[in-house]
Amino acid sequence: MNPEWIWGLVGGLLIGLGGAVFLLGNGRVMGASGILGGLVDGTGKGNLGERLAFIAGVIGAPLVLRPLIAPQSETHLTADLAVVIAAGLLVGVGTRIANGCTSGHGVCGISRFSLRGIVATVFYILAGGMTIALFRHVWGVI
Amino acid sequence: MRGVLAALAGILFGTGLLISGMTDTTKVQGWLDVFGQWDPTLAFVMGGAILPMLIAWRFTRNREPLVGGQFPAPPRPELDRRLVAGSVLFGMGWGLAGLCPGPAMASLSFGGTGGVIFLVAMVAGMIAAPKVGTQLDRIANAT
Repeated sequence: MNPEWIWGLVGGLLIGLGGAVFLLGNGRVMGASGILGGLVDGTGKGNLGERLAFIAGVIGAPLVLRPLIAPQSETHLTADLAVVIAAGLLVGVGTRIANGCTSGHGVCGISRFSLRGIVATVFYILAGGMTIALFRHVWGVI
Repeated sequence: MRGVLAALAGILFGTGLLISGMTDTTKVQGWLDVFGQWDPTLAFVMGGAILPMLIAWRFTRNREPLVGGQFPAPPRPELDRRLVAGSVLFGMGWGLAGLCPGPAMASLSFGGTGGVIFLVAMVAGMIAAPKVGTQLDRIANAT
């Protein structure tokens, strides 16, 4: 098997383990957009510490571990700042309107057979696939 | 205790995103790119992440969280316009840049200026979302 797939599987298991700790420990759904969103729009004042601790872990772990385990990893993010800003705005607005992203609706929703999680996942994958098809193969801009 | 467990969850999540390759936008866009060089990695990541969560949700039955309180209410059965419209907008941004909220945070330390700009735009979008949602409802109700 392609080693990148095995690393994907191992990394995926760690992501799921993180979700399991957050659920069984704190009784909460591990959704990245919800945890960050509630922090920045002021709706999550009740559990500010929990949100900050989670985000510190998400940002801090790669900061410390990347030089040790994956020094060659890069984001390869496009240098086109208009695309970066448009994409960031869409991701921020969309995940909050839909009340979830790849972690909340995807990982945590699908694993409890939530219809909303499954439908959201189908729609963001379809939209993402169509966006790539149009912007890359039809218009050739990304 | 809540903070310690949240930090542990964040560390596992961030580490998993890094080693799975999900902080690499070419892998995410490669998975969405069915008409190009399709990269199946994301499916392995999703599958790997869902497994522990399947078991975790089973453990929530007739129990309470370690720190006390209650587990999340059962998922709501009804679908609505906001769920679909929001997911479509999110998917468009996800396809354009290859970043979703988790990896945008996890790659902050090595994603350069572009990564910071993405995160700032994403936060701005999150703050604007309630207003945008109301506008979408208004447009939908008017048609």
